[in-house]
Order: sequence, then C-alpha cells, then structure tokens
Amino acid sequence: MNIQVNGRRIQLNEHEITIGELLESYNVTKRISVVEHNKEIIKKEEYEQTKITNGDTLEIVHFVGGG
Amino acid sequence: MEERYSRQELFSGIGSEGQALLAEKHVLIIGAGALGSANAEMLVRAGVGKITIVDRDYVEWSNLGRQQLYTEEDALTSLPKAKAAEQKLLAINSRVKIVGIAEEFHAENAEQLVESVDILIDGTDNFNTRFIINDVTCKLNVPWVYGGCLESHGTCLAILPGKTPCLKCLFDYLPQEGGTCDTLGIIGPAVQMTAAYQTAECLKFLTGQLMSPEMVYFDVWERQSSSVEVTKLLDPECSSCSSQADYPFLKKEKGLRTYMLCGRETVQVRPGQIEGFSLKALNDRIKQVTSEVRGNGELLIFQINHLRFVVFKDGRTLIHGISDTSEAQKLYQQYIGA
Ligand SMILES: [Zn+2]
Repeated sequence: MNIQVNGRRIQLNEHEITIGELLESYNVTKRISVVEHNKEIIKKEEYEQTKITNGDTLEIVHFVGGG
Repeated sequence: MEERYSRQELFSGIGSEGQALLAEKHVLIIGAGALGSANAEMLVRAGVGKITIVDRDYVEWSNLGRQQLYTEEDALTSLPKAKAAEQKLLAINSRVKIVGIAEEFHAENAEQLVESVDILIDGTDNFNTRFIINDVTCKLNVPWVYGGCLESHGTCLAILPGKTPCLKCLFDYLPQEGGTCDTLGIIGPAVQMTAAYQTAECLKFLTGQLMSPEMVYFDVWERQSSSVEVTKLLDPECSSCSSQADYPFLKKEKGLRTYMLCGRETVQVRPGQIEGFSLKALNDRIKQVTSEVRGNGELLIFQINHLRFVVFKDGRTLIHGISDTSEAQKLYQQYIGA
C-alpha cells in the first residue's frame, strides 16, 4: 500500500498496519510522540488499535531532549 | 524609526507598535547552551527590553562548534556560560538590560526567577529541568516555548498554560531513554532552525499576537518537516496545568542533591543551604591537597587524581570523571564541605 508520512510518499509491503507498528518501524518512542492520522489526532492508548490503510496520511512529531 | 530596528519595523508582522511593545518586555531564558545562545542573540538584536539568562555550566571547547555566543578565550578561562553570555549580549546591544545568572534552575529558585517575566524560553538540554519549567510556568501562568534538538532534527512547541496542552498533558513520564547531544551529536543547522521557531513564537507573543498551536518537528539534513495541532490533547485532569494541579516537579528536596549529566561522565552536586561558603576559603584549603588549582573569580577548578572539580560561587560543584552519584556525594563532603 501507499501512504503519506510527513509529506513524503511511502510504499509498504503490508496491506494494513497499526500506528504502533509504524512507529516501531521508524524507531520512534511512542510515549513521546504525537500522531495525526488523516487530520485526526490519535491518543496514545489508541496507537495499537488504529489501522493504517492504503492512501492514508500521517503526521508524526516527537519530543527531543537535547539543546 | 530607530535605524537599528528599522528592518524589523518594516516587517508587517511587527511594525513600530510591535517594536515599542518589545522594548517593555522581559524574557527569561533557561540554559545558555546552543539553543539558549541562539535565542538570546536574536532577542537582544530584536530589541527586547530585558533578558535574564540562567545557566549552570561553564564554557568548554566542545561548546564552540555551535554555541554562538562563546569564543576560544571563554573556553580557555572556563568562564561560566551565564557570565560569558552576558558580556557578549551587552556588546551586541547595550540598550537591552541583561542579567546572567550562573546557577542551576531548580525547584527552589524557580518561582522567584519566573515571577516577573513575560515569557520563558527553553534553552535546556534535559527533561528534568523542562518539567520544572513546565510546573512553575503553569503555577504562575507564564507562557513558555519548548525547544529541543539532536543530531539533525529538532522540535518546537509554544505553551500557554491552561489554554494549550502543557508538557505533562503530552507525556506523563520523564524520558530517560534516547540520546543526548553528548552521545549522538548535533549540528549547528538543527540548533538554528529550532531557535528560529522558538524566537518567532516569542516575538509573536511579545507583540500581542497568538502563538502557533502546532507542534513542529523537522529534520534539516533529511529535509523533512511536520506540524500537528495539539490543542485537543489539553488534559482536564493534568497534574501540572489543570485546576487540580499539584505541581509534582516543584516539590523541594533537602540536603545535598546530585544529578548525573548523561553522556558526560559528570555528576553535579548541589548543597541545600551552605552558610558562609566562599571560593577564596576553599582555594586556600584545597591548595594543601593539590597543586592543580585555578580560578577566574567566578569558579574554582581543581584536579585530584583523575577527577576534576569545578566549584561555583554558590557551592554547586561539577565533578568530572565519575558517574556514580553516591561516590560524588562523598567526594563533595570530603573536599568542599557539607
Ligand atoms: Zn497539562
């Protein structure tokens, strides 16, 4: 399937994947991330249940410690 | 129109009214590292009325790669960053009132420092301090602008207590994993980009405009960026910003406090209250133990075996070459005092 992450088109072999799985594949720490799925902000508790399918759009931001 | 600010006044977002407002404002910057330096320089050039900049560290060679206010001379003399920053900022714009405070920002001095300011800028490099900032700004209802950067990426979020989600609304634990600038590194462009977002939000607020409700994240090397509107995540039961807040990070501790500077093999030891502490007396005492002692009036540095002690005027000490906090406490008691 094709999805869009942070403005970039990404091709995945899976036909369906959860937000939790996607974050893991990006190595993003779930507890310090904020995810918008098709313009809808997703609560952390819902990461594992929310499914991403073909054509979906995601914005992922996360907290950074340094400075 | 004053020539110095003419280009900024021409910018429609600020104008001469905005410029006049800036001159009346007081900004507190916590941390005078890379982000703190970059924000401070922009705000001083922009003509903000007063800047207070607080930092617990001193200038080292590894800072010169990106911490724009410092020079080789500062590293050679191990000047506290707050003092070096104060000098540079005054030289840039003598019309701005600048106060450099070479102390740690902690639960005990936080309220007094934040009380009278218009906005706070986060120039820290750790979440311990950020959660103290978060609690005190919520308690005193002062807005602040979070910023963080690492490697080639960075992020920024403006926080208006009670109106937009605070740090605690967005994550409820102190992240310990993940790298720091001392382990994963950082490049100047990531610093500058993060600071640019922070200063822009700060200027908007100071000139009476709304700050962005979006959290922005970017990678300047990979050329990626993303923004998410986070207002919906304001937590009505938040322990820091809701009506039932109890400000968990403002709880005061007693006695010696130790803190590990991660990735640096350094422990900071801070005394609760020490009466009659003076660097001069310590200098006289320590000279009987080691000949490797030097000072610059702001701090005293001495070496014992493989350990380097850097002692500030308030008795706070950085012990380099150690990563065990209880061992550091013992060394502190042995050489510096109770
Ligand atoms: Zn909150």
